[in-house]
Amino acid sequence: MAEEKRPRKGLNLNRVDMPRQDPKERIKNFNEVALGYTEEMAIAEAERCLQCKRPVCIDGCPAEVKIPEFIKLVTEGKFVEASRKIKETNALPAVCGRVCPQEEQCEILCVLHKKGAPVAIGRLERFVADYEARVGAVEIPELPPSTGKRVAVVGSGPAGLTVAADLALMGHEVVIFEALHKPGGVLVYGIPEFRLPKSIVQREVDYIQKLGVKLYCDVVIGKTFTIDDLLNEEGFDAVFLGLGAGLPWFLNIPGENLNGVYSANEFLTRNNLMKAYLFPEYDTPIKVGKKVAVIGGGNVAMDAVRTSLRLGAEEAHIVYRRSRVEMPAREEEIENAEAEGVIFDFLVNPVEILGDENGWVKAMKCIRMELGEPDESGRRRPLPIEGSEFIMEVDTVVVAIGTGANPLVPSTTPDMETNKWGYIVADPETCKTTKRGVFAGGDIIRGSATVILAVGDGKKAARAIDQYLRTGEW
Amino acid sequence: MFRVVRKREWHPTITELWVEAPRVARKYRPGQFVIVRVDEKGERVPLTVVDANREEGTVRLLFQKVGKSTFHLSLLNPGDAIADVVGPMGRPTHIEDFGTVVCVGGGVGVGPLYPIAKGMKGAGNRLISIIGARTKELLILEDEMRAISDELIVTTDDGSYGMHGFVTDALKQVLDRDEKVDMAVAIGPAIMMKFVARTAEPYKVPLIVSLNSIMVDATGMCGACRVSVGGTTRFVCVDGPEFDGYQVDYDLLIKRQQMYLDKEKEALERFKRQHPEAFQGVC
Ligand SMILES: Cc1cc2nc3c(=O)[nH]c(=O)nc-3n(C[C@H](O)[C@H](O)[C@H](O)COP(=O)(O)OP(=O)(O)OC[C@H]3O[C@@H](n4cnc5c(N)ncnc54)[C@H](O)[C@@H]3O)c2cc1C
Ligand SMILES: Cc1cc2nc3c(=O)[nH]c(=O)nc-3n(C[C@H](O)[C@H](O)[C@H](O)COP(=O)(O)OP(=O)(O)OC[C@H]3O[C@@H](n4cnc5c(N)ncnc54)[C@H](O)[C@@H]3O)c2cc1C
Ligand code: SF4
Ligand code: SF4
Ligand code: FES
Repeated sequence: MAEEKRPRKGLNLNRVDMPRQDPKERIKNFNEVALGYTEEMAIAEAERCLQCKRPVCIDGCPAEVKIPEFIKLVTEGKFVEASRKIKETNALPAVCGRVCPQEEQCEILCVLHKKGAPVAIGRLERFVADYEARVGAVEIPELPPSTGKRVAVVGSGPAGLTVAADLALMGHEVVIFEALHKPGGVLVYGIPEFRLPKSIVQREVDYIQKLGVKLYCDVVIGKTFTIDDLLNEEGFDAVFLGLGAGLPWFLNIPGENLNGVYSANEFLTRNNLMKAYLFPEYDTPIKVGKKVAVIGGGNVAMDAVRTSLRLGAEEAHIVYRRSRVEMPAREEEIENAEAEGVIFDFLVNPVEILGDENGWVKAMKCIRMELGEPDESGRRRPLPIEGSEFIMEVDTVVVAIGTGANPLVPSTTPDMETNKWGYIVADPETCKTTKRGVFAGGDIIRGSATVILAVGDGKKAARAIDQYLRTGEW
Repeated sequence: MFRVVRKREWHPTITELWVEAPRVARKYRPGQFVIVRVDEKGERVPLTVVDANREEGTVRLLFQKVGKSTFHLSLLNPGDAIADVVGPMGRPTHIEDFGTVVCVGGGVGVGPLYPIAKGMKGAGNRLISIIGARTKELLILEDEMRAISDELIVTTDDGSYGMHGFVTDALKQVLDRDEKVDMAVAIGPAIMMKFVARTAEPYKVPLIVSLNSIMVDATGMCGACRVSVGGTTRFVCVDGPEFDGYQVDYDLLIKRQQMYLDKEKEALERFKRQHPEAFQGVC
């Protein structure tokens, strides 16, 4: 009796861990590393949520997921309803639940974060989305009557998919144009199968198509059509550009064009989009030697280095010019890489790639670095230590130092402004570009960012496009 | 889906396909190419658009069977579908009335050369064409090239037809004449373009070449196609495929083309076992 009078159950700080494939096994396959919650685990984790009156967690979610509401449904065992609750605002729950940097978004704001054990919102999101799909209960919400307005969405990454879904739910006709032969953007060509299975991306795309969105792959805007073609000949009332930031940067050091040197984009695209790991059943080849060096310290570098292990590299290194704390990759992915046996060479920077007589990489000349004063990003600036050069023998090098804006669309749209880095200039609140009727969001306005920020832009843009289509006001 | 509507076998190793791709046909300009993926498991390979029929909504592809993808494509017949045809990619050729233009094509390079030569002629240039092949049977598009050229010189390496020698020999003869040449365009194997550049350089004739590096996306996203031009790294798919013929590092291009030789061989051997019919008449 006395117990019942206690105001609430004590805080439960036992965050339910998510099972993963054993590292020794998983480096031999491309199956997903994280295995997801069971129903019992999901309920146990959901019960930790305090159902705050003022749920601050939501402030961290650009997709405006109704976090406590869906979690409550989980505690009641209503998993399908929980998934539908999320989809009211976020068309990509199975994707976001997996790759969102939750620890910096919703979970960092959760009141339990201060106690060191935020509710595992992402894992729950992933669980309910997978559950809904597994039991085959995916349902299409009722759509409003057609407005008769047509919107072209360029690019089928998370920004494009989100804007398409939201506009369809508002009654507009939406057509997505994608340059590659498969939709999903970085979700299909960049992020590996072992972190985000492609069947899951396809599932979310299928859902968006079921909302009535038309999707044409193999159409390169700037080539097959220009923006003006879309607005004039093709009769679209507005255009959204979700082009991503797909132009790979190289180091600009000697030897970078040797055989065996890849951009991370090429390395990952061959493997993920083109399925080189299934060669020769699939036609696209990839070359991975015995000792691989991946240059960079972000998510992309982690994905590349872990891919190289799965392709049979005996030794896989991360070569990063700062130290562990400055690495931009998600902590979870760094830990996964460590568990899989990746070797981290911190405070090392390549200065030259050396080749053999046939034009193949055989080694990398590197220099050791030390950290100086913080730079504009707040991270301590790496400085070379004079005379510390050394040779590192490698036969494959993957450059993962970031990407920039692809000029295909801007160069064929002269009346749309870009900034000095080539990114499209857009209002952060409405995603409006400087060209009437044209909106842009995701990496093409931000530089390489995250899935959830692209989703957030998609949502903002959809509202602004709807407004524009209804009022005609720019 | 992109349907094959016509097919012509020029030689057991050279096939021509006309393929339905109305959007590409509408936008296409000489010098541009498409990315083709034969089926769900296929590789993305670049092929030049040799011609386009806007009314019919078709593009003409002409290719040499060198590996799995091209042998596979050669098995398709009218009515069959190709999974993907994307484009038109790359920058169109800069075509204007330069005066006198020499167009040099080697092997299947004559295919990509043809629309450019036609464009040059259409712009008012005097057109001298030089086309070559190893042997008579491998010569393509001779009649079409003759029809658009003010002068056509044919060479074969073995002397089985036309002038005995390489296209560079014919080019040297043309450049040694009294006539001023204002522009040269050369398309063919990398090694041929390298020697065309060597031949033409002393005559200070501006030279354009079209590079055939390995590609994946062809949208500027991967860097697989990178080449060195004038000491800077350029992407063939978006910055090219045409570049100043005197600035290209051909040796690097040739080395990079060989990056997957062993894998390509493996894929081809496997395809040969599965589809011996694709290899009839090929030695
Ligand atoms: C390897 C890798 C791992 C990552 N890991 C994470 C992670 O764990 N968590 C996270 O939050 N973020 C991660 N990111 C970043 C995240 O994927 C991106 O921020 C996000 O995908 C950006 O979305 P987007 O919609 O703006 O563009 P993209 O996903 O880049 O999609 C753009 C799409 O537009 C198409 N396109 C481009 N130009 C044209 C054109 N002219 N015509 C037609 N189509 C065109 C492209 O082909 C592409 O499909 C990762 C990125 C990479 C590369
Ligand atoms: C812009 C451009 C236009 C081209 N136009 C034509 C054309 O009109 N007709 C024609 O016959 N050929 C053309 N090529 C070359 C053609 O793309 C290759 O011959 C073809 O990809 C070979 O594929 P495969 O699978 O049959 O051979 P593989 O066994 O894969 O390779 C054989 C050789 O082809 C080259 N190659 C392989 N994969 C690729 C790839 N993805 N991209 C480019 N080259 C590759 C390599 O150098 C390799 O040594 C063009 C290439 C480029 C870049
Ligand atoms: S979408 Fe991302 S930020 Fe939003 S609730 Fe889900 S995991 Fe958190
Ligand atoms: S802040 Fe944390 S505990 Fe509160 S509602 Fe959100 S997830 Fe639940
Ligand atoms: S083929 Fe990928 S950038 Fe050119």
